[in-house]
Amino acid sequence: MLSVTVKKRRGSFSLDAHFELPTPGVVALFGRSGCGKSTLVNAIAGLLDADSGRVALDDSVLLDTEQRLCIPPEHRRIGYVFQNARLFPHMSVAANLKYGERRAPSQRFVGLDTVAGLLDLGPLMGRRTHQLSGGERQRVAIGRALLSQPRLLLLDEPLAALDAARRDEVLPYLENLRDQLAIPMVYVSHDFDEVLRLATHVVLMESGKTIAQGGVGEMSLNRGLRSIIGADAVGAIVDGTVLGTDPASGLMRVKLGHGELRVEAANFAVGAKLRVQLLARDLIVATQAPQHLSVRNILTGVITTVASDDTDSDLVAIDIGGTTIMARVTKAATRDLSLEPGLPAWALVKAVSLRGHSFAAPPATSSARRGA
Amino acid sequence: MMWLSPSEGEALHLSLSVAARSVALSLPVAILLAWVLTRRRFLGHTLLDAFVHLPLVLPPVVVGYLLLVLFGTRGPIGSWLERVLGVELIFTRNGAALATAVMSFPLMVRAMRLSLENVDRGLEEAARTLGAGAIDRFATITLPLMLPGVLAGAITAFSAALGEFGAVITFVSNIPGETRTLPLALYSALQTPGGDTAAARLAFISFALGLSGLVLSEWFARRVRRLLGR
Repeated sequence: MLSVTVKKRRGSFSLDAHFELPTPGVVALFGRSGCGKSTLVNAIAGLLDADSGRVALDDSVLLDTEQRLCIPPEHRRIGYVFQNARLFPHMSVAANLKYGERRAPSQRFVGLDTVAGLLDLGPLMGRRTHQLSGGERQRVAIGRALLSQPRLLLLDEPLAALDAARRDEVLPYLENLRDQLAIPMVYVSHDFDEVLRLATHVVLMESGKTIAQGGVGEMSLNRGLRSIIGADAVGAIVDGTVLGTDPASGLMRVKLGHGELRVEAANFAVGAKLRVQLLARDLIVATQAPQHLSVRNILTGVITTVASDDTDSDLVAIDIGGTTIMARVTKAATRDLSLEPGLPAWALVKAVSLRGHSFAAPPATSSARRGA
Repeated sequence: MMWLSPSEGEALHLSLSVAARSVALSLPVAILLAWVLTRRRFLGHTLLDAFVHLPLVLPPVVVGYLLLVLFGTRGPIGSWLERVLGVELIFTRNGAALATAVMSFPLMVRAMRLSLENVDRGLEEAARTLGAGAIDRFATITLPLMLPGVLAGAITAFSAALGEFGAVITFVSNIPGETRTLPLALYSALQTPGGDTAAARLAFISFALGLSGLVLSEWFARRVRRLLGR
């Protein structure tokens, strides 16, 4: 468990943050630029002195202003991947990677070969840092942080300085890390797509305050999200299980709640976890079993809430068997169909509006591996 | 060096030796002060900064006089050095090195500060999160990255030390073979009837020395820049 409480005033800006993350897991600190995400991460790393607060990771306390305890950053064993990589320009890639490793405690959980394999660093090893592309620099920076054998990895918008193509090049590596190393991560981002692909938990921040936190699925339904990502990007994020491929359509069958979705996605093994986002604007709600439709994806459930979204639309939450999805309908539709909690509902989804992401839950905690 | 007369050779050798000692003496202190003045904010910062720059604005004779007062045989520091360490400064080449070190010190510190200000503190932070303590960070990140400035400072100070006149002659006098460096020898030649040729030859030696120093430093700086990947 990572538990963070930090207060800091700097000029007119004030940070007042609190969140907890079950470890291992990936928590995304999500909010607009300038909302204090980086400040919070710097306080966790110890690079910024908090006015008051407490930071504890599992059973070790890193900061407790009440006890006048503040472990300096060099002894916190927290890896930090900065937005602009911050590779040492006077060292080769290999020397950069080994910098942290040489200063790490003798108890290692990951070695150079593993990290080089995970991040595909082999071909870069002999190069100078100025010969690397933006994406390669970030991969080296991530490798360097990992090799310092951290108990926690902080990533401060590691992809923000990259263009879309480079971002897509680095993202799979981060997914790799999450799935293969049992290391908790705090991932700062203002790009919801990254959160969707990487995070297990989300902390929403707004002007220096943590306003909501929870699992990704739960947080995707949070109303605070709308003002940050925009109405069109709002939609339930749900984790399903791959049942197999439908031979007729070539689409992948994914179990979701007690229903089933067909998703256009690369081939995943049966039983694999797949995360999809069902955008609220892409869902159609029916109060009777629909017939004679071209739409193949129909999820049945019960309406749990009907909440006003803006002046002329409502967000309807539907429980499809332990999983909640969300549809945007006009207020006129709410009236005409008398949509209300408790009513059975059918949600129609076009298969093409789905995106599949592989998402394996990180392996269970093994504190022995991460050292005391 | 067959084309130099014995006395010219002696002056040249002495100049190089004094300059080298002077740089060796001031280099570590200058690095420390450059770091303190760039990275630390404290009470008296401005005063210390001004004090470091003082030799730039004071007449060299004044610096020589102050050294004489402080480091002379009866001066508070001079007498202690002689008693405890057995180091004699007055009328010696070590004294000449001290005088040139003090005179060239501000130039050295300035070059280092410029370069230190360009060192990205983010890199030091990164090293810190990787487990490097303060001295470790300085040795492995800060110092290598400010190396161009350290070298530039050392070369500038070395060149300035070769040419220092006023403070040297005031503090350690003009003793052939001990403190008579090139500029002092040149001055003596001008004071001697019929010494015009000797003076011209010494001036030419100084000229050649300065030029090769500049070429060498440029070559050095380029190599270091390439090593730092810029």
